[in-house]
Amino acid sequence: MITFGDYIQPKSVDEAYESLISKKSARLIGGGCFLRMGNRRIGLAIDLSQAGLDYIKDAGEEIEIGAMTSLRSFETSELLKEHFGYMIGDSVKHIIGVQLRNIATIGATVYSKYGFSDPITALLALDADICLYQGGRMALGDFLKEVGHRRDVLEKIIIKKSNKRGSFQTLRNSQVDYAILSVAVVDDEKGIRISIGARPGRAALAIKAMEYINSKGLCEEIASKAGEIAAEELHYGSNNRGSGAYRKELSKILVKRALLEVSK
Amino acid sequence: MIINLHVNGIKKSFDINPDEYLVEVLRRYGYLSVKKACDTGSCGVCTVLVDDSPVLSCSYYAVRANNKHITTVEGISGEDRSLGEFLVDEGVDQCGYCSPGLILTVIAMKKELENPTKESIVEYLTGNLCRCTGYVGQLRAIMRYMGVSE
Repeated sequence: MITFGDYIQPKSVDEAYESLISKKSARLIGGGCFLRMGNRRIGLAIDLSQAGLDYIKDAGEEIEIGAMTSLRSFETSELLKEHFGYMIGDSVKHIIGVQLRNIATIGATVYSKYGFSDPITALLALDADICLYQGGRMALGDFLKEVGHRRDVLEKIIIKKSNKRGSFQTLRNSQVDYAILSVAVVDDEKGIRISIGARPGRAALAIKAMEYINSKGLCEEIASKAGEIAAEELHYGSNNRGSGAYRKELSKILVKRALLEVSK
Repeated sequence: MIINLHVNGIKKSFDINPDEYLVEVLRRYGYLSVKKACDTGSCGVCTVLVDDSPVLSCSYYAVRANNKHITTVEGISGEDRSLGEFLVDEGVDQCGYCSPGLILTVIAMKKELENPTKESIVEYLTGNLCRCTGYVGQLRAIMRYMGVSE
């Protein structure tokens, strides 16, 4: 059970950040769905729901997604669908149900760097950036590599527009369970990017597999080989959803499947 | 703290703690159709509509509902009430514990899906668990209600 000491609803990110650094026990509240599974007392709960961070905007060369945008808005956005196809929707549609996705926020899942986060896998393949109030703009990939969590407010996620074709592949024990493994592949002017998540660690790029495929061109044989390289270069761990050895085998198939889908 | 909710069209004030979830507040004030089950955000039984969108009231902070419109199954009126008849006709009301959450989700789905198909209905309703019916009869009833053929 989560209990709050003090509670505020800041009306701006400035106010939220000032409150966050004002007290050691201050914590930001995003959707509040995963938080509730824990058991702790939060000295100062900073509810971001009124801070003006719920939006998906066309910003010219880029699309900006406010941190408090619900997973359901992220899933159903026509703007995102227009530029990135179905891979964004595919990366969230297995998360529990519509009712939870109307509450859970994209910013909370990204900021928390959850290993099981499917949208992080998709955003990493899409070469997304994040914007922190104090830390400024940085690549999502760099943010994910950082150990621990910055004491900062995640304002938005930014995806550059380009001629992207993407695929999101996943395997689960049941429809709405956490993924055993998730793979996202994006092909655009800069080449192919392969991201693998739920290993069960946080998502990472399969750099060697990307280098291989970008030097060869895409066909079934090359896609199979790229899957094998991705399986070797990343670490796959075990949990109650699958063993590391199983995930490693699975990555070969899902990478190949995603590559062949973007090649169509 | 005091918040104002429009529950089933009636504006009322509620005395809450900011760390309370909506299901606790609604039940404390007598809206007992809002059920608790898994209490982990997984089963859909506690679903209510907030400004016509379905949310899990066990995972939605009551304070965030301030000045919003809440619909519980007691507030369903007009054509929406006929959904119950479709479920009864197929003999799938069973114990009924999950019915309020399911009915509210289906009502929201009917407004949201422009061209519903069997696949999109199943996808929309994956967050509603039922331990009695096995879903097949429910799906038949809901497809009839939505005007979707097999």
